[in-house]
Amino acid sequence: MSLSANDVNKIAHLARLGIENEDIGSYAQDLSGLLALMAQMEALDTTGTKPMAHPLDQCQRLRPDVVTEQNQRDHFQAIAPQTQDGLYLVPKVIE
Amino acid sequence: MHTQTISQLAHGLRSGQFSSVELTQHFLDRIKRYPELNAYITVTDQQALQAAQQADIKIAAGTADLLTGIPMAHKDIFCTQGVKTSCASKMLDNFIAPYNATVVDKLNQAGAVMLGKLNMDEFAMGSSNETSFYGAAKNPWDTSKVPGGSSGGSAVAVAAQLAAYATGTDTGGSIRQPSALCGITGLKPTYGRISRYGMIAYASSLDQAGPMARSAEDTAILLQAMAGFDPKDSTSADEPVADYLADINQPLQGLTIGLPKEFFAEGLNADMATVLETAIAEYRKLGATTQEVSMPNLKLAIPAYYVIASAECSANLSRFDGVRFGYRCQHPQDLTDLYVRSRGEAFGKEVKRRILMGTYALSAGYYDAYYLKAQKVRRLISEDFSKALSEVDVIMSPVTPTPAFGIGEKLADPIEMYLADIYTIAINLAGLPALSIPAGFINGLPAGLQIIGNYFQEARLLNVAHRYQQTTGWHQQLPEDFT
Repeated sequence: MSLSANDVNKIAHLARLGIENEDIGSYAQDLSGLLALMAQMEALDTTGTKPMAHPLDQCQRLRPDVVTEQNQRDHFQAIAPQTQDGLYLVPKVIE
Repeated sequence: MHTQTISQLAHGLRSGQFSSVELTQHFLDRIKRYPELNAYITVTDQQALQAAQQADIKIAAGTADLLTGIPMAHKDIFCTQGVKTSCASKMLDNFIAPYNATVVDKLNQAGAVMLGKLNMDEFAMGSSNETSFYGAAKNPWDTSKVPGGSSGGSAVAVAAQLAAYATGTDTGGSIRQPSALCGITGLKPTYGRISRYGMIAYASSLDQAGPMARSAEDTAILLQAMAGFDPKDSTSADEPVADYLADINQPLQGLTIGLPKEFFAEGLNADMATVLETAIAEYRKLGATTQEVSMPNLKLAIPAYYVIASAECSANLSRFDGVRFGYRCQHPQDLTDLYVRSRGEAFGKEVKRRILMGTYALSAGYYDAYYLKAQKVRRLISEDFSKALSEVDVIMSPVTPTPAFGIGEKLADPIEMYLADIYTIAINLAGLPALSIPAGFINGLPAGLQIIGNYFQEARLLNVAHRYQQTTGWHQQLPEDFT
């Protein structure tokens, strides 16, 4: 399976990832090469094999439903690009 | 001082041969002397000297641990409170971490003196350190060669003695491969053995932190300080931590070494085969026997890995949105433009390639064909290892197909670079522990031996590595230009 420039643009949009126009061709080529590599897996019969999501067979741990985090808003917002009154600022979304 | 092991340095500090402040200044001077290696992204000299003063007080009071006062450095993927934590990306060039990774906290508690933060491939995506926003680190054995990656700066710092030891992370070989290419000892522990809290995530089901040092014994001391359950990491293993030094000297009589026939088939470089045969002959002398094992699905490790790692990367890196921290583009027109340009301007090409790959593999209509299929292949690979490790005690293999390659040599073809990870990647898919030790030289460049063990058998791996290092001197070789 090989990807077109149009496919690359669609994927980049899904990832909200800006890519330079002049790079689209090389991404299409690299990704197509990778897909060809990945197609090697098709030769292996995996019928009845349980997908392995995680190397250790462990369950998600539970803990008592109590607050453990302290409020560190000011500390964390000190490194934000733009804040006001404890809120993160982004360009206007609603007119 | 800079050529000594951790035990030797600890002895020197306790017996008053030198103070931690003197030792720290000595390493800081060496870092300044060799800027061409580009091992460090950030040097924290003032903080290091302050930590060294504190260490000297502890040593004088007799309350010091083995690691107290010994200068080290962290891969720049570990969050260090108040210190730039860049992950070698423009995205985090302005990021001052607001908290410490658990690994950083644990080593601080053990008295470590941090010299700074080490170079790496951007977001740990790469096998050569060339994808770093700050430029490639250089291999001290030949500065025209790559040091390997992604923990390239860590391997360079240890090999060129710009730190007594370093931390690294390993998602597909990122501790073992640079350790092999730079001639040092590096351990990727069992998945979950060391906390991932505060370690910037690339592929969460594969990422694992580990120590990089001059010897197996040093590595054991470091693992002791780094390992353990952490409630702040939901995938941390709630298993007791062994005493990694207790049995490190056990004789290897009766050890059964598995040699995967798929790794020794055609394609293995003749020089690398010779290095391996010599190492295995040494193990036979130490009382070990060898046995061929077969792992038929290993050949699919690279395709399965690049589906899984890319998929997890695309999800993990969605947090970098230009809103809460990190890089933000100038004059965004609207919110979408803010996301698209912030990410587009701040991620490098390899990171973008993997985000695109992962986004595609997870997108509607392709999920089953790629991601689900890769997870099934992952199980079969993992079962291959389980079967082999039920027959033998450890598995040995090369770490890399060749010694260090030239800077720029493999950049044009990303797939060629990926294929070079053939010997390391499957271990991450299975989540097993493995280490790399120096086992010889090829044309003046170090070559490594990989030792793979069963889950949570790090003590056994370190024992197997240590005994070899007692009768061979490869791990004591140092690059001439930096001694």
